[in-house]
Amino acid sequence: MTDLTTAEPVLRDTGPGKPRSLSSDAWRDLRRRPLFIIAGAVILLLVVIAVFPSLFTSVDPYHKDLDHFRETPSGAAWFGYDTQGRDVYARVIYGARWSLLVGVAASVLTVLIGGFLGILAGYFGRWVDGLLSRTAEIFFGLPFVLGAIVILNMVRGANIRGALPIVGAVVLSIAVLSWPVAMRIMRSAAISAKQQDYVKAARALGASSSRVIFKHLLPNCVAPVLVYGTIALGAFIGAEATLSFLGIGLRDPAVSWGVMISDSRNYVRVAPHMLLFPAGFLTATVLAFVMLGDAVREALDPKLR
Amino acid sequence: MGRYVLRRLLQLIPVFIGTTFLIYLLVWAVPGDPFADMCGERPCPPEFISAMTDKYNLNDNVVVQYLKYMGALLSGDFGQTYSEQPVADLIANAAPVSLRLATVAVLIEAVIGVTAGILTGLRGRGFLDNLVLVSTLFLIAIPTFVTGFVIQIVLGFQLEILNPTVSSEATWGELIIPGFVLGSLSMAYVSRLTRTSISENKRADYMRTALAKGQPKRRIVGVHLLRNSAIPVITFLGTDIGNLMGGAIVTEGIFGIHGVGRLVFDAILSKQGAIVTGVVVMLVLIFLLVNLVIDLLYAVLDPRIRYD
Repeated sequence: MTDLTTAEPVLRDTGPGKPRSLSSDAWRDLRRRPLFIIAGAVILLLVVIAVFPSLFTSVDPYHKDLDHFRETPSGAAWFGYDTQGRDVYARVIYGARWSLLVGVAASVLTVLIGGFLGILAGYFGRWVDGLLSRTAEIFFGLPFVLGAIVILNMVRGANIRGALPIVGAVVLSIAVLSWPVAMRIMRSAAISAKQQDYVKAARALGASSSRVIFKHLLPNCVAPVLVYGTIALGAFIGAEATLSFLGIGLRDPAVSWGVMISDSRNYVRVAPHMLLFPAGFLTATVLAFVMLGDAVREALDPKLR
Repeated sequence: MGRYVLRRLLQLIPVFIGTTFLIYLLVWAVPGDPFADMCGERPCPPEFISAMTDKYNLNDNVVVQYLKYMGALLSGDFGQTYSEQPVADLIANAAPVSLRLATVAVLIEAVIGVTAGILTGLRGRGFLDNLVLVSTLFLIAIPTFVTGFVIQIVLGFQLEILNPTVSSEATWGELIIPGFVLGSLSMAYVSRLTRTSISENKRADYMRTALAKGQPKRRIVGVHLLRNSAIPVITFLGTDIGNLMGGAIVTEGIFGIHGVGRLVFDAILSKQGAIVTGVVVMLVLIFLLVNLVIDLLYAVLDPRIRYD
């Protein structure tokens, strides 16, 4: 689509009805959607919080003051204090980066693995497709939570220390169990794109497989996988929280919202604020990504208009 | 039809072997001493270690171990835990509870989700449509354990309408609330799927034909529209039964239900590999068989789909 518009400059300059590429069309459409604007603003805010938490709070999230033991929200501490007298607001702000980091890294990794294998399976077909599809089915058959617990429990035996390696283990276990979905989406997109005339033309002109895949197939197949990636990003943040809640996801020093919710589980009845604020942030984040994915999908898929 | 079933059954075998081998590898081929924390503070006595190494064939190559395990399993022997309890008994105790919970969850998501989907799909844009869209968005965004906690606090502890935890018998009535929590996420997906499917099929040619023939509206919707829109929904519900059996770990934990999820979670943490592999083998088998049944259902729902 992009190639078409640049190849025909004459058509492009003729008055108001100039043709636009699919992506610029989608972008024009998106900018007018309230759903997209709200979701985009929330995500932008979250990214700023994650990168510069000190802009939003000057309180040290690790500072313990047992005088404030499980104090309810007040003017001094908007979200109250937790069991060890730490400021819940500061912890929620500093927790954003871990939750987002897991979500973004896991969804990038899932899309990369699944997309790469999917496009290979779709383009080459035959035994490559058979092998990759069967492998995907094997991983798909594992229940997600169960598989993640087994993997993370195995990793925990290896005695990992430090925030980033812990995050890495969680990200890896999520991606290992989720790539088959991305692969299936990419595979079916690649199969239908492969039969298009421009791909046949490129092959007839003697283009190598890698050129056909990266220059012709990829730009035309990437949209549905990206939509999946956006929606999955929200789901992965929720998955990380679930794993942390079970006590096998992130842990100190990587204190995400899931870890905070997990810490609050035994005090829910006496100090519900310890649960509600991190859970609220978690829900808002997942909601924003799901909404963004929905909006992008509707913009990219003209059938739904 | 018979040949198709046979072919599908044969296709299941490599997937079944692959998945179970993968989990076997993850559980048993972990580097490090499997008996490190097994006997409390002290190291385990050497007799115990050698007996256990013998029992689980730990001296063999992992492939040989797996083959021996599967051989025993196919003859009905699920093995024993470290404390000599037969794994089959543990699963037999936990599985009915999980099955009831999964059934309740699937029923709830099917009834509420499909109804909401049909209503919004038929009516098109409007207040109801927006209401369902927004509430499904929220259901998707709120993690299961938060829904579970909030419902437990509000209904169980504050309003005291129901018992916050489920008794060991886990009767159908007690499982309604946990089933609702467990099924809430899928309920949102089911209603969205039904809505999309119905609003797509609403404009199909056969709908216009049926209308032109002068058939009553009830028949058009009930026979033509619903039947044709059912396939994606049934597919989703089917995969969900498999997921919910093992995916209930969180819900079972919150409400204290002694089902398969609880069993396998405790087993993973206490490194009882025999239980983990046994449960996973059962879950994978259920998952694959349900998928096969659903594939066969397609032909019943849509006669245009033929096998062979």
